[in-house]
Amino acid sequence: MPVVTPSQTQPEYDVIVVGSGAAGGQTAYTCALEGAKVLMLEAGRDYDPARETPMFQVNSQAPLRGASTPDKPFGFHDATIDGGWQVPGEPYTSASDDPARQFWWWRARMMGGRTNHWGRISLRNGPYDFKPRTRDGLGFDWPLAYADVAPYYDKVEMLIGVYGDNNGLENTPDSPAGCLQPPPILRAGEQYARAKGKALGLPVIPIHRAVLTKRQDPDVLPAKIHPGNPRAQRLLADSMRQRAACFWATPCSIRANYQSTTVHLPPALASGNLDIVANAMAREVTVDAAGKATGVLFIDRTTGQEQRVKGRVVVLAASSAESVRILLNSRSPRFPQGLANSSGLVGKYIMDTVGAGMAGQIPALENLPRHNEDGAGGNHAYVPWWLYKEQLAGKLGFARGYHIEFGSGRQMPALHTVAGLEAFTRGSFGRKFKEDARRFYGSFIGFAGRGEMIPNEDSYCDLDPVVRDQWGIPVLRFHWKWSDHEIRQAAHMQRTFADWISALGGKVRGTPAMDGAKAIEPGGKIIHEVGGTIMGADARRSVTNQWCQTWDVRNLFVTDGGPFCSNADKNPTLTIMALAWRASDYLLAELRRGNL
Amino acid sequence: MNPPSDAAPRLSRRDALKWITAAAASSLAFSPEPRAAAPAARGYGTDPDLQRAYSPGDVWPLTFSPAERATAAALCGLMLPPDAEGPGAEALLVHDFVDEWISAPYPGHDADRKIITEGLAWLDAEARRRWGGEFVRGTPAQRTALAEDLCDLASAKPEHRAGARFFQRFRDLAAGGYFTTPEGMKDLGYTGNYAMEAFTGPPPEVLRRLGLA
Repeated sequence: MPVVTPSQTQPEYDVIVVGSGAAGGQTAYTCALEGAKVLMLEAGRDYDPARETPMFQVNSQAPLRGASTPDKPFGFHDATIDGGWQVPGEPYTSASDDPARQFWWWRARMMGGRTNHWGRISLRNGPYDFKPRTRDGLGFDWPLAYADVAPYYDKVEMLIGVYGDNNGLENTPDSPAGCLQPPPILRAGEQYARAKGKALGLPVIPIHRAVLTKRQDPDVLPAKIHPGNPRAQRLLADSMRQRAACFWATPCSIRANYQSTTVHLPPALASGNLDIVANAMAREVTVDAAGKATGVLFIDRTTGQEQRVKGRVVVLAASSAESVRILLNSRSPRFPQGLANSSGLVGKYIMDTVGAGMAGQIPALENLPRHNEDGAGGNHAYVPWWLYKEQLAGKLGFARGYHIEFGSGRQMPALHTVAGLEAFTRGSFGRKFKEDARRFYGSFIGFAGRGEMIPNEDSYCDLDPVVRDQWGIPVLRFHWKWSDHEIRQAAHMQRTFADWISALGGKVRGTPAMDGAKAIEPGGKIIHEVGGTIMGADARRSVTNQWCQTWDVRNLFVTDGGPFCSNADKNPTLTIMALAWRASDYLLAELRRGNL
Repeated sequence: MNPPSDAAPRLSRRDALKWITAAAASSLAFSPEPRAAAPAARGYGTDPDLQRAYSPGDVWPLTFSPAERATAAALCGLMLPPDAEGPGAEALLVHDFVDEWISAPYPGHDADRKIITEGLAWLDAEARRRWGGEFVRGTPAQRTALAEDLCDLASAKPEHRAGARFFQRFRDLAAGGYFTTPEGMKDLGYTGNYAMEAFTGPPPEVLRRLGLA
């Protein structure tokens, strides 16, 4: 079964999955390979990364040298199409005019969703991250523990291919042998930063990213991933054989990078158990008189017509806020507050990641011998949170940690690469300027902190009472507020970066904000939106149980970031996939038992 | 790679946004000679063909007058001349990229349009004052002397500050335009963007220089 039109869909499916990104891709993959008949709805158009990803392109071939525009917020050659913090015809609103209290909502209307452009940083949550309230009395504990999720982290890492290393650090889990791909050698600046960071106690270790540094072993991994399911093993082995390893240059159309469209969807489609309808803008989950979900009502964007599809189980994987929107729009006399919302918590406790950044110029990196630092595209190294003990002892003034991502090196020149050099060149021009450009190229290191936000009562979304999108669907209205924990954490990030730049013998570039309230990025800017349908052990105080199953409607699940009841500093995508897989296993078992 | 997201492991998102913000925030107090806004044009949309190679003018029309284009070309030549490492910005028509930039129908570009077109006019006016003809008619020594007065905003004399702000913005655009071309990337010392079997990391002499070997 393939990508189909609405008229080609089957009368009923076992599972309808709304969304095709990390969550939808994983859910559909697991269900289809285990034999369930699955229909996936994707709001954007179909997208084939093998055909559409430009390879070996250079910025001078792009309009504006590839610089960011509102049409392509991450630059022209970024894979995201029809996406951004603003999507034409699909507004959202903010309850406040204060920029500090506004949320930026990123969407990617395309097959594969946000997995097409993401940084591919794939970090496991650690044991503390599932029990934060137990540790410091704030936020919520998850109704599951690291040990419950660990086997799924193992499977996801083996499936998608994650490079990285095991370092035995606190709350930074190691993976069992055979899960990870070899980490790439650190670039010159990364090695230099590691050496100079030691004096500050900063542990620079290989980062984990979902890029193949070698081909996956199709004779070993499928049996570990799908024990007892020879057909799934064969389909996965075939798919793994189609994936090449990274060739250490710019973008990738050879399936070395994990995207839903390179990893999850090909074997799921090959199983014959998955249909996908693109351009299907889900509006609401339909329910029967008994309050069970019966399917999904969507708008066919190609015609503007309403369409209905039926399923025994409905899984929302539309991105945490979009799933909230669908639930709140699924109002009926039986569910006047929206579906699965008897707790009143649908839309509550939305979170992003705390972000702040700083760049430094490092004289030791000037005029280095020319060499190729493309590497695996993104970072090869990072610093996991390293002050657990100080924090627990109450010495830091904020409750949760952050990790540091940093980028250095002689990356492919972009429009900004040699901009703003006057502070270093005293305004040189002519031959001297060209010499200066060569001297300073590759001598900058950019640091970005990525920290945990604690869920709070002031950060939530609801339906705007007035505004509708181009399809007439009510839109989300966001309410946002950082607490002092996040603001102090951002200030700590800035001090750490300034200290590290000093330790590198460098100078801070420009005049970055040191005040946490000014340094912190707006909510949503880091695109780690989670929460809104939080999981818990108590139906009155959560929307789903530990299986991502809504308390109110037992055949309705949410497998995106919505059920996150905390947002560790670890980038959420790997955990989204692990929990989606775990939820899908439960869903399939319940379906077989006739409980749904 | 696909852009830094998440996202942004390499900060390019931040840099890109800064670029836009800086462009939007720049505003200059040149003699207010009203000039028609760029003709209404459309951008490339949210789903452009990424495989295609584009040239300035392909998506929206360029808007420099012939005189502006000539001045911009001369300035590109002065700021980024040919040398042993590369051909220089004028030969690579980087002034057409500057034209593309200031003609673009995106937020922030109208501010740059004002800076650049008014700055080019300022430059010609100053040239006429100094040597009785447009900038392009100056001798290399005359143009260089004028550039010396403008090149460093921090130390520019008050009467040159407006010109210096223009010079700074033009240099950033021209340098970005030049060093993103294949010839300019080679000039800068970028040696990547080809497929390799393995990534072997920094060469030994690099590690020695950094005291890491």
